[in-house]
Amino acid sequence: MSDVQGNASSDTAARSSSRSAPRRAGGFDLGRMLLEGRAFFALIAIIIIFSILSPVYFSTNNFLTMSSHVAIFGLLSIGMLLVILTGGIDLSVGSTMGLAGVIAGFLMQGVSLDMFGVTLYPPVWAVVILTCVAGAFVGMINGVLVSIFRVPAFVATLGTLYVARGVALLMTDGLTYNNLGGNPEFGNTGFDWLGFNRLFGVPVGVLIFAAVAIACMFALNRTPFGRWVYATGGNARAAELSGVPVKRVQVWVYVLSGVCAAIAGLVLSSQLTSAGPTAGTTYELTAIAGVVIGGAALTGGRGNVRGTLLGAFVIGFLSDGLVIIGVSSYWQTVFMGAVIVLAVLLNSIQYKPRKKRAPDAGEKKAPASSGAA
Amino acid sequence: MNSEESVMDRPASPSRETGEVVLSARNVAKSFGSVHALKSVNFDIRRGQVTTLFGENGAGKSTLMKILSGVIQPSAGEIVLDGRPVSFDSTVDAQRHGISIIHQELSLAPNMTVRDNIFMGRELGGPGGVNYAEEARETERLMAELDEPIDPLTLVEDLRLGQQQIVEIARALSVDSRILIMDEPTSALSASEVEVLFRVIADLKGRGVSIVYISHHLEEALTITDHAVVLRDGAMTARAERSEIDLEWIVRHMVGDNFDLGSPPTGHTMGEVALSLDNISVADVAVPERSVVDRLSLSVRAGEIVCIYGLMGAGRTELLECAAGRVTASDGHVMLEGEDISRLSIAERIERGLVLVPEDRQRDGLVQTMTVGENLSLASIKAFTRGLLTSGRREQGVVDDSIRNVHIKTDGGGAGIGSLSGGNQQKVVIGKMLATHPRVVLLDEPSRGIDIGAKAEVFRLLAEGASKGLAVIYSTSEVGECLSVAHRIVVMSRGRISAEFGADVTREEIMAASGE
Repeated sequence: MSDVQGNASSDTAARSSSRSAPRRAGGFDLGRMLLEGRAFFALIAIIIIFSILSPVYFSTNNFLTMSSHVAIFGLLSIGMLLVILTGGIDLSVGSTMGLAGVIAGFLMQGVSLDMFGVTLYPPVWAVVILTCVAGAFVGMINGVLVSIFRVPAFVATLGTLYVARGVALLMTDGLTYNNLGGNPEFGNTGFDWLGFNRLFGVPVGVLIFAAVAIACMFALNRTPFGRWVYATGGNARAAELSGVPVKRVQVWVYVLSGVCAAIAGLVLSSQLTSAGPTAGTTYELTAIAGVVIGGAALTGGRGNVRGTLLGAFVIGFLSDGLVIIGVSSYWQTVFMGAVIVLAVLLNSIQYKPRKKRAPDAGEKKAPASSGAA
Repeated sequence: MNSEESVMDRPASPSRETGEVVLSARNVAKSFGSVHALKSVNFDIRRGQVTTLFGENGAGKSTLMKILSGVIQPSAGEIVLDGRPVSFDSTVDAQRHGISIIHQELSLAPNMTVRDNIFMGRELGGPGGVNYAEEARETERLMAELDEPIDPLTLVEDLRLGQQQIVEIARALSVDSRILIMDEPTSALSASEVEVLFRVIADLKGRGVSIVYISHHLEEALTITDHAVVLRDGAMTARAERSEIDLEWIVRHMVGDNFDLGSPPTGHTMGEVALSLDNISVADVAVPERSVVDRLSLSVRAGEIVCIYGLMGAGRTELLECAAGRVTASDGHVMLEGEDISRLSIAERIERGLVLVPEDRQRDGLVQTMTVGENLSLASIKAFTRGLLTSGRREQGVVDDSIRNVHIKTDGGGAGIGSLSGGNQQKVVIGKMLATHPRVVLLDEPSRGIDIGAKAEVFRLLAEGASKGLAVIYSTSEVGECLSVAHRIVVMSRGRISAEFGADVTREEIMAASGE
């Protein structure tokens, strides 16, 4: 993470650091540097430790394999970040991801229209687009519930978590679509390209993850929408009075989160060449963990893509490392939980209101008093 | 200002005073950094008597109250309780010494019963858990004493505001408070509720409870007080017994002789009507059949500064929020330069040149997680967006202009918004709205909680804007501000305009019209 010394006068530098660290004490401070770059240092430490413990860990091939694992819930984390930045939460991403896979599988099997006695085999690009639209639709339901009907985000998305999972189970009758390879006769081959092929030696899933992350980084830092997201999460009332279309922003972040989940579902079912209705169960929690480890505040307004990427890699590299050195999966769960709690603990230390000038502190305490200063 | 000189009326000789001194402040001072919120204040609180603190907003009343009730500690001087110097580290500590405070905003849990609120945090234990029966009996007794027989099992949210106030008083009494501090207790009460409160106060006096009373309603306070202490700019300017003072005396000492923030800008011609509010009504959120703004019409011309003066709860905030689009009017139209904008969103109104600087800058004005620069540019993002992308360079231009125009003490806008002082934060909120190049700006109590220097700068900004054709509506509860900045003063009371004056009005006329 960037580390700006003293009272930063360089605006751009200060802005990028301010997302994670609004106020800085002057001078070099090792403790603060470690605290602010914690996800980065944690990742380095994980790589070093596992490289020592296992000879196979430190290799390009292993890193690429691990990265393609990271890509799945990393995509969910990116969408989750947008939602969390506005002060919301999206618990439905795991289910949406499973549903997306099932929809893709369903489309790949061919849609039979009994009325006309034909079976349509949409080409892969159409499958991808339709699946993303389905993800966006789930997200839009979340967004409308949260912004227009004022249902608490936790409850609204918990509801869609169940509904989406239920729909996926209904569509498959609890079974799994196994044949996603397509048929050359129908011209719908190539679905496995997403999960299996490599471009320039990098798995396509990882490239998609990178592309989404870069697009999101760009949207957050360089577009009005990004500024609106941060303002909505920082103080929705003030944002609204400044002309920010708060409700629209809220709908959009859930839509984008749904699309991210759909993309993740596509990549996963392509990697597995099968689409099961229970895919992605509890992935929403992994996604939230990635965002939180990346330093975002669950209260909204603080966090960035870079941190979330680091958070996702910390989780992925740690859990894969534990598998490689042969730690039991029960212990893996314990480790993962401990890392998440530690991350949140460090977040609260970082965002704790630090000692301020007294008049402000007094004002904060009683903002409605008739003003003492 | 030295307190020895500033105290114009020495306390009367002890022989004439009834009641022993229970609590006194001796040279109490409080500084926040370089700001002196309170400078060497001396006064006594006597047993069974009402001492009223008078002073304008920012005079130091609240700071003094917070010191007496243990919320903050004085930087100098001491508090003497029953002849012994004491210091309270917390409100609980102060309560243990018999001092309770009733805040302007009630601190009751609306979802709980009267009984549970009164015993909150010190529930009576029994062999089978909380002894609810005993709590209820005690609550009933307290309520009967206060002449307000509320059922202990009523939910607080079902009570009228006045009754809630009584519950708060009952809570203070239940911990055997000898000294009760009341901060603006009548601001939200109806006339009949005020009567009940005053009866309770008289009753409390009879039982030897001392009361420290703060109110902006000067006449009302005069009817119940025994002693008056007047503060101005953190210094005590006068103190006297009730028999020696009148309304004029209080106003004179509150405001001072040489209190001047300048005068309204002159020398430019006013243009057409910029904003006109036409027969606006706004329904009360809590009680929809009541109107907080009642068929009010008001217009402001380009280059004109109109002050809306009124007490808390007069409906000023609701009126301005309705004009800005935050709340919907139940009736009436908002016309901006002849165009009906009643149906437009806040963003569309900003685009058309109508902006609001909200009353509560922490809650409605600032995004605390953003930098000074990001806050300043938030309302004018379009101005530095080309196509899909924002331009960092252009944004810096907007930010630099704002910082220069409204004189914010910061370097470049990269610092966190929380690092600024209250006055500078307020300037950020104003600068943010001015950066949109508005034609009409509404300001809701912009001087709240900022010092006199910052206030003067805000006035200078408004005067400058007006001379360039900006239409300004400025809401305030301080008469002095009206006189220093307004071309026209509108007094608002209970949702309606009760009087309208030109710039040549006197302080007393305004106060009389507001119902003080």
